[in-house]
Amino acid sequence: MMDPITFTLDDFHVLKPAIILCLFGCGILLADAFVVRHTGRRWINAVTALAGEGLVALVLIGHLADVRTQGAFAGLGGSVVIDGFGVFFNAIFAMAASLAIILSARYMESEGEHRGEYYALMLFAQAGMSLMATGQDLVVLFVALETMALSFYVLVGFLRSSRKSNEAAMKYLILGAFSSGLLAYGLSILYGIAGSTNLADVGEAVAGRPDGDWVLTLALITTSVGLFFKIAAVPFHMWAPDVYEGAPTPTTAYVSVASKAASFALMIRLFLVAYGSAADAWIPLLGGIALLTMTVGNLAAVTQSNLKRLLAYSSVAHGGYILLGLVAANEAGLRGVAVYILAYVFMNFGAFALIAALRRDGEAAEELEDLNGLFSRSPGYTILMAIFMLSLAGIPPMAGFYGKYYIFLGLLGEGYYLLAVFAALYVAVAAYYYFRVIRACWLEPSGEKPAALEMNLGTRVTLAASGALTVIIGIMPQRFLDLAGESVLAALR
Amino acid sequence: MSDNILSIIWLTPLVGMIAVMCLPKESAQLIRYVANAFAVLGLLVTIPMIRAFDSANGDFQLIERVDWIPALGAQYYLGIDGFGYLMILLTVVVGWLSILCSWASIQNRVKEYYAFFLFLQAGMLGVFMVLDVFLFYVFWEIMLVPMYFIIGIWGGKQRLYAAIKFFLYTLAGSVLMLLAMLTVYFKHFEQFGFYSFALEDLMRVAAYTGPDMQFWLFWGFFVAFAVKVPMFPFHTWLPDAHTEAPTAGSVILAGILLKMGLYGLVRFAMPMFPKGATDDLTVTLVAVLSIVGIVYGALVSLMQSDWKRLVAYSSVSHLGFCTLGLIALNPNGIAGGMLQGLNHGLSTPLLFLAVGVVYDQRHTRAIADYGGLANRMPVYTVLFAISLFASMGMPGLNGFIGEFTILRGAFEVSAVWAGFAVLGIVLGAAYLLWLFQRVMLGPITNPENEGVRDMNLREIVVMAPLIAGCFWIGLYPKPCFEILEAPTRKLVERLDPDYYSRQAEALAGHDETLALALAEDSAASE
Repeated sequence: MMDPITFTLDDFHVLKPAIILCLFGCGILLADAFVVRHTGRRWINAVTALAGEGLVALVLIGHLADVRTQGAFAGLGGSVVIDGFGVFFNAIFAMAASLAIILSARYMESEGEHRGEYYALMLFAQAGMSLMATGQDLVVLFVALETMALSFYVLVGFLRSSRKSNEAAMKYLILGAFSSGLLAYGLSILYGIAGSTNLADVGEAVAGRPDGDWVLTLALITTSVGLFFKIAAVPFHMWAPDVYEGAPTPTTAYVSVASKAASFALMIRLFLVAYGSAADAWIPLLGGIALLTMTVGNLAAVTQSNLKRLLAYSSVAHGGYILLGLVAANEAGLRGVAVYILAYVFMNFGAFALIAALRRDGEAAEELEDLNGLFSRSPGYTILMAIFMLSLAGIPPMAGFYGKYYIFLGLLGEGYYLLAVFAALYVAVAAYYYFRVIRACWLEPSGEKPAALEMNLGTRVTLAASGALTVIIGIMPQRFLDLAGESVLAALR
Repeated sequence: MSDNILSIIWLTPLVGMIAVMCLPKESAQLIRYVANAFAVLGLLVTIPMIRAFDSANGDFQLIERVDWIPALGAQYYLGIDGFGYLMILLTVVVGWLSILCSWASIQNRVKEYYAFFLFLQAGMLGVFMVLDVFLFYVFWEIMLVPMYFIIGIWGGKQRLYAAIKFFLYTLAGSVLMLLAMLTVYFKHFEQFGFYSFALEDLMRVAAYTGPDMQFWLFWGFFVAFAVKVPMFPFHTWLPDAHTEAPTAGSVILAGILLKMGLYGLVRFAMPMFPKGATDDLTVTLVAVLSIVGIVYGALVSLMQSDWKRLVAYSSVSHLGFCTLGLIALNPNGIAGGMLQGLNHGLSTPLLFLAVGVVYDQRHTRAIADYGGLANRMPVYTVLFAISLFASMGMPGLNGFIGEFTILRGAFEVSAVWAGFAVLGIVLGAAYLLWLFQRVMLGPITNPENEGVRDMNLREIVVMAPLIAGCFWIGLYPKPCFEILEAPTRKLVERLDPDYYSRQAEALAGHDETLALALAEDSAASE
């Protein structure tokens, strides 16, 4: 029995962020084609996109107020639900997108690829992510995921004259399509089991399956593998270093932060709601993958000489840590996921902003040794770099520490001592390669033709925001921890 | 003001760091003056602490307590007892002297150097006064960062390797401590229903955790502290770090950073997990490792051809004494271990300063490059000899008091322990005297040593307070023991609640035997 399809004001309210993003995206496409490109002032597109983000922020504040007063509310027949979890993740996407937009304007200008489509795609990707975090329906979630992924395929290859960028886009597209196929296959099995695409219905149907049911196992494995690709979990991470290296640096930062956050949001929903009763089956699976991911990510990062590849492998390793929060699947663990991702936005964007600004004779300089002796040239920014690296390494009192803190707490609370010990010892391994960056900046002498930081307004704003928040979340984390806790309670219900 | 005595003490160097950072980097001389001024100021602000501290009181004093992160139950919670008090005094003195001794030896990147040094000083002082385990972890970790830079930028040839090795070893140890910390914290929540990191709250958990769990938790903490102490076999970072660090860095490392391991044991690991600390396996293992450290450190010191490396390995040996004392778990052992920690904090910096004096002139650390320095440097000879004797445990100097007390404590537990410790003392005398003979005595064989000058006034001033401290503790150790007595008593009662009543009984028993013997004697004489 299907309800007649109607579109009410409630539905509109729930969909507002995605609608605004799509409208602004289309608006930028049209304005760029007919007006902006003729003026030669492509930064207008960035400003328009930021205006869209501002509007989204207002909507999110309204959503948060509604959630606090009346609890979670649904639209589109329960396919999309706004709760604290969704609002929190939407806020993360909005912050990541804003930082990426601010960072992009000058970068794309100097790469000679400054177009309206770039910003439109960023907004479209965000619209997809927004629904990934709020969707409660297999079809909505899948379409949202594809919206995000398709936008990113293009964004990654946006430097048309760069062979690396093209190669990266191609790899990303092929592997991404493959993983989407697997995910769709898994979701179709879930639909077959439940006869419904609603997550809660699927959850009930899954609970009714017998132990060791092979259909369910097949669904679990295919959906997991599809999502492992998206979060770059080992052994499905091969695309990450190439994509990170080839993509325009602001896009790299955006992909590494936002697409990972969105995929985790989807994963948390899917595993806690749809597979909630099959936890005994997926906890060992995710735990093993997390351990593998941390191992490979951390060890591979140690030997990288390209900064973007180094951060790519480090991002793989971070994915492993975040996955551990889901393995713990208790309040502390999930709060850890939320806090981790929040901190990751700022520390990662900060690091990428500095890399984006690093240039030699106008050419992007992305090798580790390009940082040599940076401290003697720009001490202030180098101190910021050290702060980001310490935060990424998880040294207190920096923002990055609290995510690890909660994830360890979650693991210990469930009695996964061995997993916690491994995760903790990898912190020391990770510190080694983050300190390679610090070492290059502070301890190595400058080379013959040193690369310099070319600062502009966008970079400065990004750095100021991410630097300040990395430190503030580190020293006065109370408010941020509360927000994360609130969001997680919604996911656990 | 009087409520914030401790905050002022650790914030003073931090303010100094900010001040140094605000100065232009060209005016190196001004930076030196400002940094030294803040170092002296750091000494002065401890005066209110000295006046307010009551050594008869075994509880925490000068407490400051404010909520910091209520979501975690973490507080800004400071307070000291005798252990912390002595360590803070040691830190301000040694910190001041190492800033002073860098005056001439640090010539490049002066501004960063002093900024890092003051930052390090603030972090170390914080470690010795926090009573909130979370905040302790923050101080413990953040302090590694400036030390990394001090070794990495101003160190010797292998500085990059030594710096990262130091950092990673300590970090690996401390993340295990973090896990143990979080486990206790979680158990506290399960038991009492609220989150707290305050030391006294977490100490209550011990009553609800079994010996096995406490054993593992103790070792989680212990590994972190053992790396710092450093205890055999976690010591391999130390020779590299000590050898490569600039003189002031070695002084701080030996004088203070190593003491953090000892302090952490008596402040956190032992009182939080009494059953873990008194576990037979723990005691045996720690004692064996300490003894191996004592003997191994001494033997390796004998083999060294590098002056600084020799002193570095001697630390492994000396700190073995300290941990042996602590694990004896009786008042003599614990008080002796902490006092010997303090002594080591006075005498080993002296040895490093002594190396620094000649290294600044000759830029070599190889023992073979020296010889016959006594002919050219009479003042230096005397001061270096005193430093050696202090380190060796010569009666009248501080090392003797510490070693003697530890031996008493160790003997109470096992004569074998004491026997090995004595072997360590003998070997210690051997490698130190042999060092003295090789570098100071005989004719000058290396013509490059003809031109060495004796110590200048600044160098003498740097060494003088430490030497005075050595004599003071050596001749009149009573004040130190008084300060250590109350916290030691509290710790022993925590570890072994019946210890003192047993002692009293034993004493009474002795009295009876004595009376009996006397009665027999008198009967016989009649």
